[in-house]
Amino acid sequence: MQKIGVFVCWCGTNIAATVDVEAVSETLSHEPGVVFSTNYQYMCSQAGQDKITEAIRDYQLDGVVICSCSPRMHEATFRKTVSKAGLNPYMLEIANIREQCSWIHKDKATATEKAIILGRAAIAKVHLNAPLTAGESPVVKRALVIGGGIAGIQTALDIADAGFPVDIVETKPTVGGKMTQIDKTFPTLDCAACILTPKMVDVAQNENIRIFSYSEVEAVKGFVGNFSVTIRRKARYVKEDVCTGCGLCTEKCPQKKVPNEFNLGLDNRHAVYIPFAQAVPKVATIDANYCTMLKTGKCGICSKVCTAGAIDYKQKDQLIDVQYGAIVVATGFNPINPEKFDEFAYSQSPDVVTSLEFERLMNAAGPTAGTLLRPSDGKHPKTLVFIQCVGSRDISCKGKPYCSKICCMYTAKHAMLCREKYPDTEVYVFYIDVRTPGKNFDEFYRRAVEEYGVHYIKGMVGKVEPVDGKLKVQAADLLNNEQIHIDADMVVLAVAIEPDKSARRLATMLTASIDTNDFFTEAHPKLRPVESPTAGIYLSGVCQGPKDIPETVAQAGAAASKVIGLLNKDHLTCNPCVAESDELMCNGCSACEKVCAYGAITYMDKEFRGPNRTKLIRRVAHVNPAVCQGCGACTVACPSGAMDLKGFSTRQIMAEVDAICK
Amino acid sequence: MQVTNEEFKPTIVAFCCNWCSYAGADLSGTNRLSYPANVKIIRVPCSCRVNPMFILRAFQRGADGVILCGCHPGDCHYTTGNYYARRRMTLLFSMLDYLGIERKRTRVEWVSAAEGAKFAATMNDFVATVTKLGENKRLEDLRCKN
Repeated sequence: MQKIGVFVCWCGTNIAATVDVEAVSETLSHEPGVVFSTNYQYMCSQAGQDKITEAIRDYQLDGVVICSCSPRMHEATFRKTVSKAGLNPYMLEIANIREQCSWIHKDKATATEKAIILGRAAIAKVHLNAPLTAGESPVVKRALVIGGGIAGIQTALDIADAGFPVDIVETKPTVGGKMTQIDKTFPTLDCAACILTPKMVDVAQNENIRIFSYSEVEAVKGFVGNFSVTIRRKARYVKEDVCTGCGLCTEKCPQKKVPNEFNLGLDNRHAVYIPFAQAVPKVATIDANYCTMLKTGKCGICSKVCTAGAIDYKQKDQLIDVQYGAIVVATGFNPINPEKFDEFAYSQSPDVVTSLEFERLMNAAGPTAGTLLRPSDGKHPKTLVFIQCVGSRDISCKGKPYCSKICCMYTAKHAMLCREKYPDTEVYVFYIDVRTPGKNFDEFYRRAVEEYGVHYIKGMVGKVEPVDGKLKVQAADLLNNEQIHIDADMVVLAVAIEPDKSARRLATMLTASIDTNDFFTEAHPKLRPVESPTAGIYLSGVCQGPKDIPETVAQAGAAASKVIGLLNKDHLTCNPCVAESDELMCNGCSACEKVCAYGAITYMDKEFRGPNRTKLIRRVAHVNPAVCQGCGACTVACPSGAMDLKGFSTRQIMAEVDAICK
Repeated sequence: MQVTNEEFKPTIVAFCCNWCSYAGADLSGTNRLSYPANVKIIRVPCSCRVNPMFILRAFQRGADGVILCGCHPGDCHYTTGNYYARRRMTLLFSMLDYLGIERKRTRVEWVSAAEGAKFAATMNDFVATVTKLGENKRLEDLRCKN
């Protein structure tokens, strides 16, 4: 029988006003195993804690029950107290007689009776408590950033600055992400490339950063502090360490009719290509879908012109395994395909473009060298119509229910830039609401309306119809309550943004959670916005929800600081309340493995001693205590009763049930 | 709702998940809401920790009603635990019904950490329902009586 001490707290009058604390400590002192029982005004105060420490020493207590406030409040405090007195911190149970008793009930007799029962249950449980030791697991001091856009770049730079090695895995041949395709940024109108490309160079030159471009994450194993990640380095048929990025191959390649994804297919590129002049790493990539040599074995011009000898047609995909302590998801977004919204005639006319395509048409490095020309006939558009909320805030099955957040601002920017460069154009913007929460955002929008004379019309466009080289736009002006018809030369759709397609697959690999729109979920929407609920996985940028560049950079820095905090530790303390399998009872049925959300249970063949000095090899479950989160799903799934949860064992909970139902 | 039957005070065991419902129960205390003292809460790490055995044990030892509270579907701290709990309890409650433990004596309820008012309302309603049903004699093991 364990020697148990009971400590009843008054909590001033919070408990003592409705619970007769004297009666509680007196009644509980007669419970089996209780050798000491007392009450005190404030158990959590230093004097109260000293009482506990003294009693543990004087009475050689094996277990402590504290009847006080919720364990969510002071369990950690009291664990430290008993630990200081030399008792295992897990030999403590708390009976919640404040939040779940004295504050609920008005009648003193009833509340006292309930407090006694709750105390009894805690005593019954503590009898069965076993000393637990929190394990430690080492931390691999290297971080992985998945995605090399501005979010990934900023996170990697911040982690590297703190002195930890970082790897960036980017599926495209170059880092930079969507920001490389943007012309100017709101609300300051500074050029995106001018602020991004120096950061890309920083990433390339930083000794702590490795870039795995044209690569994908293939598999993730392990847990916080100790992830093992398989990365597929896709064959680019060019030796990355040999290529000088001179671009000669890209000029001589005879296959010139490949849609250029950097310009969203508005022009063509060669089969061997460098996405754009400032690409990092500046290395050519051969597009195997179009390369004549790779498809038919006849060509080989690029290898002939390459003076460095970097072309290698026999290159294969490579799989590499790397260990990481922390993983940051920065997979970003894509604009949705507006073809579903056929009322806007996106698939019928090349002059109906998305905002990102419009961005390329305005960009000096774009297909038109920065002159705004219609894609259909290369003429100057005179009338432009911008349609906002295409697919955003749309609860029909075609669209997205959320606000994409950035469209109001970039549409104002586009409209303003159009009027500035070409004062002879008429610019109309159709909106449901204009949302401009951000520093200098509303001022920016007002400038577009007041100084640049952009026509903002509240209402949605019903139909866009291509007729004789014009686009007939039919819309409703809600404020004037009239129908409007505009003959436009170009229509620009501010389409919704959605998380990158890789999010769902990646979330499964990382056991991180995503919401119904495939955005990664944060551990707490207010207080832990850059952490995923899965330990060791952090979120940066739009993969977590729509945001603009400054917000993305801020979140990237926040994620980096969380990673640095983790990598700074040599060891992580694990939760000791984890599942444990009794190998003698386990029959290796795999029921527990199937319900485990964390992959914490593995099977191994273990040797047992059989009768008459024989040996038996049996398959038994093994719980990795560093991975197990202690939910207990496996304990119920186990048909043989081999699986149990430390700290909340079957016997302990049964004892509580018995004490309550007595 | 007030408990009308003064004579009979049912014994109710509530299993509450540490992350949502237990915190919800704390919140109803913090907000000084009230529910009958017959409800005794047992803290579990997740609703999926509740073994059907615990519920059978409660009825065997003389409980008159058992309620299991967990996080709302989709909000489980352990991602899928409450779904397991829901399935297990659906089966168990249907079997208990067959054994003569009325459906109304058992309940699964989703209460978040923010729903203190819901916790109190749920408990008031549950206690009233069980009180109306009267004492549970079906599974009670008289050998366990002292």
